[in-house]
Amino acid sequence: MKAELEKRLVTGPDGVEFEVDPLRDYYCDALPEVQRPAYLRIVEDLFNWARAESIWILGFGTGCGAIEMRPLMTPRFDAYRYGIQWRPTPRQANLFVISGYLSVKTLKRVIRSYEQMQNPKYVVGLGSCTLNGGMYFDSYNTIKRLDQYLPVDLYITGCMPRPEALLAGFLELKKLIRAGKAEGANQYAANFAWYKANQKQVIHDWDMPDYNW
Amino acid sequence: MPSNADPMSLAGVHARLQALFPLGDLAPRRAGLAFVDLPATCAPPALSHLRDREGFGHLVLLTAVDWLEEELFQLTYLVCNREARLDLGLRVRIPREPARMESIHDIWPTAATYQRELREMFGIDFPGSPRLDEAFILEDWRDIPPYRRDFDTLRFARENFAERPGRETWDPASHMRQRLYPEANPGMDPSVPGDRS
Amino acid sequence: MGLLTPDRSQYPALRADGSLDIDLSSGKYLKLWQGPQHPGITGNMSLELTVCGDEVVEGKTHVGFLHRGFEKLMERRTFIQCFPIVCRICVPEPDFNEYCYAAAVEELAGIEVPEAAHWIRTLILEMGRINSYLMYLGGQAGALGLGVIGQWTTHARDLMLDRFEELTGARVYHLFILPGGVRDGLPAGFAGRMAETLRELETTLRDVHETLFCNAVFKKRTVGQGVIDPAWLEPYGVTGPNARAAGVPRDVRRDFPYLVYPQLDFAPVTGQDSDIYTRADVRRRDLLLSVDLIRQILARMPRQGPFMAPLPNVLHWRIPPGETYVRGECSRGEYGYYLVTDGSGHPRRVNVRGPSYTHAVALLERMIVHCNIADVAALMVSLHTYPPEIER
Repeated sequence: MKAELEKRLVTGPDGVEFEVDPLRDYYCDALPEVQRPAYLRIVEDLFNWARAESIWILGFGTGCGAIEMRPLMTPRFDAYRYGIQWRPTPRQANLFVISGYLSVKTLKRVIRSYEQMQNPKYVVGLGSCTLNGGMYFDSYNTIKRLDQYLPVDLYITGCMPRPEALLAGFLELKKLIRAGKAEGANQYAANFAWYKANQKQVIHDWDMPDYNW
Repeated sequence: MPSNADPMSLAGVHARLQALFPLGDLAPRRAGLAFVDLPATCAPPALSHLRDREGFGHLVLLTAVDWLEEELFQLTYLVCNREARLDLGLRVRIPREPARMESIHDIWPTAATYQRELREMFGIDFPGSPRLDEAFILEDWRDIPPYRRDFDTLRFARENFAERPGRETWDPASHMRQRLYPEANPGMDPSVPGDRS
Repeated sequence: MGLLTPDRSQYPALRADGSLDIDLSSGKYLKLWQGPQHPGITGNMSLELTVCGDEVVEGKTHVGFLHRGFEKLMERRTFIQCFPIVCRICVPEPDFNEYCYAAAVEELAGIEVPEAAHWIRTLILEMGRINSYLMYLGGQAGALGLGVIGQWTTHARDLMLDRFEELTGARVYHLFILPGGVRDGLPAGFAGRMAETLRELETTLRDVHETLFCNAVFKKRTVGQGVIDPAWLEPYGVTGPNARAAGVPRDVRRDFPYLVYPQLDFAPVTGQDSDIYTRADVRRRDLLLSVDLIRQILARMPRQGPFMAPLPNVLHWRIPPGETYVRGECSRGEYGYYLVTDGSGHPRRVNVRGPSYTHAVALLERMIVHCNIADVAALMVSLHTYPPEIER
């Protein structure tokens, strides 16, 4: 564990001494909860319509697939016409596109970013390497199955997928959300212990709270 | 001057260097690139000499090769003289256990980065090099250094990461043999994946 | 050596062991992480900044987020199996990996490449350089909040990707350069469509020049910022446009000629001031140089001919023991492959020397001291770092 994460006594600028335990003080340790659909079907449909029309993607290029996201923002492919846009912070985003292979070091940051996103949230795995390891099936540093660590709503295959494939994938995700079938976040909350156990199996120095949002 | 070679050629550089250090023979690769063996203790002074007196100011790379069979690491210092368009690779052989080499970060500050990588990926110690023990690429690595030859990356991946069932891997040579000469390998249907490697 | 250590007269004192005396709990200093999830970072890496007010007193680069262990993976693949994975080391300019690896394999195996293949390889490398520079220009403008430039350059890059697709069948990873040559010649009518793309590219660059390089905001924030002292070039191994912007005409294409560059007419683009603005300008002019080189290549290249040398059976291909280093000038600097073979069917060791290896770690950590937080992104982009070639 890093020295800055350990419990310690700190003297503030005003001379008052106080104790800081970063892992407990800076985070809320409440666990995720399963979000029940609205009581009325028609209300849930309205919610799902609104969710499907405002897919905001977290701008975190975790792998090489990120390079094909940039053309989507330009007039040629223009993903904005579907209500898709990119946001710089997890708090404003509801779709995490895992753009390719995840090294163990990145996986740790990805879990943190994912857990900081607000519900409802979705995960799209991009490229063969998120599916089964792809080119890196024998690499000692990349995970082979993304769905062991994060709940994946949709995969877009290819190495790497073209922008058209990404657009088709996003439209497919919209259909899933519209139909109320994109239940990844709830799956994560329901099987939280299983996901955590898998994550901790590959991330050895777990120096963060179990759920950090 | 022990040789009458062209002063601006690798042979000339080698001849002048040989007068100062116990150097091996020059192994030319192509015009402008050659490799030479030298003992580990001579490498830093030889590099200093090359940088200051011979114009080899550019450290192109510093890397290691694991000769597991001979229980040796080969460190390659590749230096370049831009004006004369010459590249000289210094090959230093050090034992695998304990793998230790003198640091050259005071000759080239950028060498510290290479040495951090070699420390992490090969487990070679460079005493005195800055931030040597900080994690560089890997985070909390617990196995033997991964670039060593005795580290089996496929086995490590199978043991540590869950695999999705259904992925098939063929050995290219035996797969092509089945495809091209099915009669020589009866009982093997080329359309059925087999021979998982 | 005083030149290489930052001025520490008004900053935290140096301890005896060389570390800085920074007491985070004093409230005077703050540790700030920029990246990996941060829009102002190139690719997937992170900077650990210690700031005093809004001035950076110490910066550390953290890489390894994209590490796949290519050098290890290649040791257990046959020579031909390495080809699909080498290009994935560098996304914006993947062809350089294919060329360097192919050239190293050819040199050790003693394969003579046909003349026409040399021309097409040069063409592909120059097209890749254009793509990489266009990504850079958009990123450099975006790091200073000028988003529209990125829209234009990304569109221009898409046009070039169309030409790539026509030539190689793929947008990003082309796998067109193989050991022994290239896969095929030019398709019919390629030169005409390429000429049209180059014209559109020049229009875009003229617009970029007027809106970015003549822009008061851009000039105020980049002129005089992030200066690389010419004396740092050798100790830090600075190559490519970063060195050329300091007035040192270092260009592998001219210094160590490869492919058909000796037959082409060009001179390295250099600048004088070595600041962020000059580096951007050098890259813009280098881009125009690439446009000119592509025109020369298309006008003079042989249209016929074998494009591939006969290879041994690649499934049982053994290369005699040897070692070599092959370099080329990619858009970021000197890119090289160090290949060691031991007579077996697999490479004994491959080492990739990416220019960002020195630029993004040792050089950036030196330059970032005394920099304003708001300028960190611009400074980092101006070195044109690309993390996967650091960690592979």
